[in-house]
Amino acid sequence: MNAPEPAIDTRSALVLYGEAFPSRMLIGTAQYPSPHVLAEAVRASGAGIVTVSLRREQARGRTGERFLELIEALGVRVLPNTAGCHTVKEAVTTAQMAREVFGTDWLKLEVIANDDTLQPEVFGLVEAAKTLAADGFKVLPYTTEDLSVADKLLAAGCKVLMPWGAPIGTGRGLANPYALKSLRAYYPDVPLIIDAGIGAPSHAAQAMEMGFDGVLLNTAVAKAEDPVRMAQAFAQAIDAGRTAYEAGLMGMRDMAQPSTPVAGTPFFDLKHGP
Amino acid sequence: MSVETKSLVAIVVNGEPCRTPAATLAELVHERGLTAQRVATARNGDFVPERARATTALRPGDRIEILSPRHGG
Repeated sequence: MNAPEPAIDTRSALVLYGEAFPSRMLIGTAQYPSPHVLAEAVRASGAGIVTVSLRREQARGRTGERFLELIEALGVRVLPNTAGCHTVKEAVTTAQMAREVFGTDWLKLEVIANDDTLQPEVFGLVEAAKTLAADGFKVLPYTTEDLSVADKLLAAGCKVLMPWGAPIGTGRGLANPYALKSLRAYYPDVPLIIDAGIGAPSHAAQAMEMGFDGVLLNTAVAKAEDPVRMAQAFAQAIDAGRTAYEAGLMGMRDMAQPSTPVAGTPFFDLKHGP
Repeated sequence: MSVETKSLVAIVVNGEPCRTPAATLAELVHERGLTAQRVATARNGDFVPERARATTALRPGDRIEILSPRHGG
């Protein structure tokens, strides 16, 4: 008799394109000090989705095959990206190549506007998303917090949006929390994942407290002094932030208000007089 | 007595100019020792699926990409 499947609490599971993931963390696989540390960090994060890429393979090279074997051993869903693509054509071709090599139609779609900010080139992003979604890809677009762009990406067939927190690799956290809050409020039923710019677990917790469905990060873990422990720290922060969101945060007040009861305060009459 | 010499085609592979005896994309992948590897190919910016490599002839000036899985963010 088969053992029962581990129960997933559907209230807190991350559901993307109809697939449920117990962890709300997505993690990148680049920049780790070694393949071993990469594997340990991914395991420690508990992430069910990892991002990967395609790069040129040299003659008689085995780099790609070795990397793929390492990733396959982790038993997680791979999410190929189109990092470095600046045009619709480059992104679409890279996506098609990734689908064949990785055997998945999931795609983190990136079309980059310029190399200094790595800002999404949103016009090309929408066009590429339309082409790829029509071709059967499950597109997760790396976008900005712009509402009009979000609308067009959803119309193009994207079922998930990944707005940036801050430019890739900066570690600055949520640069525009007001706009991100608007985006969250505007699309209560669209899975929204904060992708890029996260530098500390507190940034990830903040995003989760705001009601974002997940966080995708890479550099903050890979470049930590101890990536494995940092992966754990992020997992805890993301869990804490999500639980806080579900528990409902108190509202902010301008004025102080005592938390200890005022009634029965000793010496009250001496301080305030009869 | 005539010696049959296979003509070389001048192409660009992964950004580097080279001359190859390969007549098709499948032969080029084989020549580079990548047949058993999981690689994806493109010719002049267009994706070429694995099944189409054997029928994709190489022409002078073709720009070929041969890519494989790598870490990414």
